[in-house]
Amino acid sequence: MELYKLTIHEANELLRKKEISARQLTESVLERIDQVEDKIDAFNTITAEKALEEAEAIDKMIAQGEELSSLAGIPMAIKDNICTLDVKTTCSSNMLKDFTPPYNATAVERLKDKNAVLIGKVNMDEFAMGSSTENSAFKHTKNPWNTESVPGGSSGGSAASVAADQAFFSLGSDTGGSIRQPASFCGLVGLKPTYGRVSRYGLVALASSLDVVGPITKDVTDCALVLNAIAGHDIRDVTSSDSPVDDYTIALKDDVKDLKIGIPKGLLDRELDNEVKASIDRAIELYEGLGAKIVDIELPHAQYALAVYYIIACAEASSSMARYDGIRYGYRSEDYETLEELYKKTRSEAFGPEVKRRIMLGNFVIGADYYEDYYLKALKVRTLIREDFVEAFKKVDIMLSPTSPTSAFKIGEKCDPMAMYLSDTYTVPVNLSGLPAISIPCGFDSNGLPMGLQLIGDLFNEKQILQAAYTFEQNTDYHIKKPIL
Amino acid sequence: MKKMKVSIQDVESVAHQSQLILSEDEKAKVAQDLTRILEYADKLSELNTDDVEPTVQVLPIVDIFREDEICPSMDRETILKNAPHATDDSFIVPKIVE
Repeated sequence: MELYKLTIHEANELLRKKEISARQLTESVLERIDQVEDKIDAFNTITAEKALEEAEAIDKMIAQGEELSSLAGIPMAIKDNICTLDVKTTCSSNMLKDFTPPYNATAVERLKDKNAVLIGKVNMDEFAMGSSTENSAFKHTKNPWNTESVPGGSSGGSAASVAADQAFFSLGSDTGGSIRQPASFCGLVGLKPTYGRVSRYGLVALASSLDVVGPITKDVTDCALVLNAIAGHDIRDVTSSDSPVDDYTIALKDDVKDLKIGIPKGLLDRELDNEVKASIDRAIELYEGLGAKIVDIELPHAQYALAVYYIIACAEASSSMARYDGIRYGYRSEDYETLEELYKKTRSEAFGPEVKRRIMLGNFVIGADYYEDYYLKALKVRTLIREDFVEAFKKVDIMLSPTSPTSAFKIGEKCDPMAMYLSDTYTVPVNLSGLPAISIPCGFDSNGLPMGLQLIGDLFNEKQILQAAYTFEQNTDYHIKKPIL
Repeated sequence: MKKMKVSIQDVESVAHQSQLILSEDEKAKVAQDLTRILEYADKLSELNTDDVEPTVQVLPIVDIFREDEICPSMDRETILKNAPHATDDSFIVPKIVE
């Protein structure tokens, strides 16, 4: 049996029945990596030995009759900007290519507490700046559905590894769509939780008022299981919320009767691929047929979200990136005399072009001459964008849109930064407003590439979008299809 | 808001602020990229925001306090392990005072 093809919940059932061992599960995934990794290039680090040791320890627990958690023995891949104790965490940057964290991120710690098995660290756009994983300093990860296409980004290695069955699930991070867009491009489920629902402790900061850690999984049930493990307050992240955490598996019900689903009409009229539009129309019909109420809504300021996002995200990034000075950790230039030379040469040699571009754009918009016209202006328009959602949620329970205006594009196709930014149109308003949103597979285009549907919920209402996502999944079979490798 | 173009001089100044060194080619490219991105961002000037409060973060968090308790911190050896240049007990940096 090809165990690597299973979902988390299927593997868990077999482990509980003692039909398979945790070691077999990890071995199966490691063999799969051997088979397909040279086509996919998803991993920066593979921790095969440690993973087998961890799996054996779990088999001992099983033999001793200990109660198994739903993630026990499940191999996972972690995005390379989430710190893992004694395992390199590079952010796919030459700046951190030899950085080995002396601690685990809280989200990783919580998964380890549930005995999930770390199989490796996965590729991403450098410091999570990008939408295609082409900005990695190390390599291009390929989309398992078509290896000439990008897997999306910035959590491209996360999505590609799960889609290629090289891991059962992955943790990604989402600042402007970096979990949802790659999930959509790779035919997976990707959840961006409410800002503050999951601790950011140990997540290498990109834009601190927007960043969230979340799961990429093969189906909605797996998504709920991972969220159960990682959600909740953490004293080490002051922005993590202490609002009560739901048991998200309760949301796994096939029922959307009378659920009010808002469709942001204005957004759908914009530049949108015809096949993606058709798949969204079919999804709306399906929900209507299942008893949901479809309501047109307006988000009049969402058209400004992309401009607001890039100003705010770059302003915050310029500050997050200031810590890379070549002194306490990370790369240091070999050739310097003064301290200023050390800083400048270190940063210029180790950062890639997109990182430099965003640091400079960020410093530009917070500079005295432009602060009011750009940064302060963006913060104010952010308020208007949030208020649109507050108004809309008075009329509807959840909202539905495409995740991305297109399916996966070709590697090398978008060399212009503006064109790349535009692919985040549907995802960035959600981050600016702190809301939870999930991307689920909603069809395949004529090239056989997956397309994704985004469901947006109100603050801390992950349950409602999970239930709507689960219902969609129960009534379609897109999530079952696998790429041929 | 006046239409603006990012000059090479602007780029040099922001590169210095960002502690980055750019080649002449890079400067021209950055000036062009930043101009395009900022021109796109200029669409925000269509909106009147005189009476709008800025949003810096989305949760109703003001100040977070905790008890000031003594807890163990990381030991020096662990911290220095990732330093690009260090002795047994300190980071090594270029001399900064004469």
